[in-house]
Amino acid sequence: MSTTVPVKAPMSGAKKQTPEFVQLLDPDGKRLSDELYDPWVSDVTGDQLASLYEDLIIVRRIDTEATALQRQGELGLWPPLLGQEAAQVGSARTLRPDDFVFSSYRENAVAYCRGVKLPDLVRVWRGTAASGWDPFEIGMATPAVIIGAQTLHATGYAVGCTFDGVDSVSVAYFGDGATSEGDVNEAMVFAASFNAPVIFFCQNNQWAISEPVGLQAQRPIADRAPGFGIPSIRVDGNDVLAVMAATRSALDRARTGGGPTFIEAVTYRRGPHTTSDDPSRYVDPVVAKEWEAKDPIARVEAFLRSEGVLTDELAASIQARADEVAAEFRAGCLALKNPEPLSVFDNVYATEHSGLARQRSQYTAYLEGFDK
Amino acid sequence: MTELTLAKALGSGLRRALSDDDKVVLLGEDIGTLGGVFRVTDGLQRDFGKDRVIDTPLAEAGIIGMAVGLAFRGYRPVCEIQFDGFIYPGFDQIVAQVAKLHYRTGGNVRMPLTIRVPYGGGIGAVEHHSESPEAYFAHTAGLRVVTCSTPQDAHSMLREAIASDDPVLFFEPKRRYWTKGEVDEDATGLPMGKARVVTEGTDVTLVTYGPLVATALDAAVAAADDGISIEVIDLRSLSPVDFDTVSASVQKTGRLVITHEASESGGLGAEIAATLTDRCFYYLEAAPVRITGFDVPYPAAKLEDHFLPDLDRILDGVDRALGRVNSLTGWSA
Repeated sequence: MSTTVPVKAPMSGAKKQTPEFVQLLDPDGKRLSDELYDPWVSDVTGDQLASLYEDLIIVRRIDTEATALQRQGELGLWPPLLGQEAAQVGSARTLRPDDFVFSSYRENAVAYCRGVKLPDLVRVWRGTAASGWDPFEIGMATPAVIIGAQTLHATGYAVGCTFDGVDSVSVAYFGDGATSEGDVNEAMVFAASFNAPVIFFCQNNQWAISEPVGLQAQRPIADRAPGFGIPSIRVDGNDVLAVMAATRSALDRARTGGGPTFIEAVTYRRGPHTTSDDPSRYVDPVVAKEWEAKDPIARVEAFLRSEGVLTDELAASIQARADEVAAEFRAGCLALKNPEPLSVFDNVYATEHSGLARQRSQYTAYLEGFDK
Repeated sequence: MTELTLAKALGSGLRRALSDDDKVVLLGEDIGTLGGVFRVTDGLQRDFGKDRVIDTPLAEAGIIGMAVGLAFRGYRPVCEIQFDGFIYPGFDQIVAQVAKLHYRTGGNVRMPLTIRVPYGGGIGAVEHHSESPEAYFAHTAGLRVVTCSTPQDAHSMLREAIASDDPVLFFEPKRRYWTKGEVDEDATGLPMGKARVVTEGTDVTLVTYGPLVATALDAAVAAADDGISIEVIDLRSLSPVDFDTVSASVQKTGRLVITHEASESGGLGAEIAATLTDRCFYYLEAAPVRITGFDVPYPAAKLEDHFLPDLDRILDGVDRALGRVNSLTGWSA
C-alpha cells in the first residue's frame, strides 16, 4: 500500500515519498493482519467498531453543519476536517480522562471525543470568546493557533506528570506544516532528554494551506523522530483501527516509563484550509479524487456490513442521531450571546493591574456617556 | 539581616521560594551543576535535586514552552534566560502564549511563570550580552514587568514575583550583581508594583530603574553640590508603572527627567513622559527630558561608555529640565 503525494513537486530534486504504513482496514474495508499491531486492537468488538463508526459519522456531520453556518454568516470562519475523521477519532477515543490533549485548531473531532459541549466548538469562530472551553473540564487545552507552539506545552505537561508520579499522558496534535517549526523540533529534543510521557501525533494531511508536504519534508515525516531518540510509527490516518492500535501502543510506552512516541498519521485534507481558502488554485483534482476513494468512513462501513454488524436500520439510526447532534449544535451556536463590552478588560491578569484598571474606568465612563 | 550581594540575594530568594512551595521549579541553561553563569542558582540543584532545579537543553522557546506545560499541570516555574539578548528565540512563547493564556481561557488557566533576565550593559561584553529589552514586554498585555536595584529588593521582589499568579518578567541589572547590601528575608517592604522614592528633592524628579538607580543617586549627590535638589525615583515595576508616586513627585518639583539604558524610541521614557504630561500638565515648568541609550544596536564594548547614560549625561538632562546651560543650548550660551 502506498500513498500519493501531491503531483506538483514544489522544487526540483524533491523526492517522492514511498511510505510503508500500518494499515488494518484497507480502503475497501478488508481487514488486513499485522503481527505487531493486531494485538493492540484484538479486544475491539464489532459493536465497538460500530460505535467508532457513529463517531466518524457525527463529527463529519458537525463539520458539514459548521461550514453551512459559516456560509450563512453565523460563523466568521471554520477549519473543516473532512478526510481526517479517523485520525482524530481513532486516537482521541483511546485516551483516558486524566490524559491531556494540546491541539491545533482543526482537532474538532478530538474535542468531540473529549466531551466538549457542542456550542463550545464555535465560540471562537463566532467571535463571542477567545476560546471555547475550560481545559481542565475535558482534559484538553484550547487550540493553539501559532503553529506547533502546543507541542512544547504538551512536553512540559508530560514532565509534570512524571514529577507527580502519575501515569497520565499528554498528546500533542499538529500537522505536517508544523514539523518545520522550531518549537516542534525543540519539543522533541526536550521530550527525549526528559523521557517525557508525551505522544507527538502528527496528522500529515499533505497540505499547509497551499503548500504541499513536499515543501516541508523530503523524507517521510516519521523518519525524523528516531534522530531525536524518539521511536515513531507511520500509520494510515484514514484507518480508524490502525490509528487506535498505534496510539494504544504509544500510550502503553508512555505509561510504563518508555517516554515519547511520534505517530505520523497519513491522511488528506479534502476540504479547504478554512472556509476562506480556495483549494481549486492549488489542488490537483485527480489526486483529490484518489483520496476520496480512501475515505475513512466508507471502509469502516464496508467492513461492518461484511461482518453483518451494520444493517440498513442501524445505519439509518446513526444518521438520524448525527442529524440530531447537528441540530443541537446549530441551535447552541445561534444561542451564543455576544459578550458584554466591558468584558474586553476581563482576565488579562489574574490580579488587578493598575494601568489596565485606569483604562477600564475611563472606558466605563465613556460608555456611560451614551446613556445620558 | 545579612549583608549579601544582589546576586546572592536573588539566590536566597530562590532558595526560600523552593522551600516554601514544592510546586516551584527552576528551569534554565547551566543553572544546575554550574549554578548559572552568574552563580545566582549556586547550590540549589545540590540541595533541591534535579527535578526542582532543571538544566534544560539549549533552547529558549523550549524553556518557556515547557514552563507553560508545567503551569498547566499546576507548577510555578521560574525560567532563567542566560542573557538579555538570548530571550528573542523565546519571544513567541512569551508574547503569544504566556501573556495571553489567562485571557484566552477566560481565566481558567493561570500562568504563574517568573522569567528571570540578566539585562543591561556596562560589563564590557560582546553582542547580545548587554541589551535592555524591557519595553517589548511592558508593551505586551498580560505580562508584569519588574526590575530591582538593591539586594533587598532583589530578594523580596523575586519572591513576590514567584508567588504572583500572573506571569512576571524579572529583569536583573547584571552590572549590579556584585553590589552589596543588607537583606532581611522576612522584611515586608514595598509591594513590587510600587515605586520607591530613593532620595527626596524639590527641584527635579529623576525617574529611573534597575542598573541606573545607582548612577541617578550619584547624579543627585553631584547636583547637590551645585545647589540643585533632585528627587530620585526607582520605578521597580515597569508594568504597571506606579504613576501615582511619579505624579506626586512631579507635582512637587515641576520638572521631570527620565533615564534608562534602553534605546529612546518607543521606550519606557516615552510612556512616562506622555503619561506625566497628561497627568501633570499644569504642574510642569518644562518639557520632560529623556536621557537614554541611542537608537543603535548595542555597540562594541569600547563604545559602550558613549551609549550608556552616565552621571554627566544625566546632569546635562537635569540642566535641560532646569533651563540651565546644556548641550542643546550650546555650552557658551
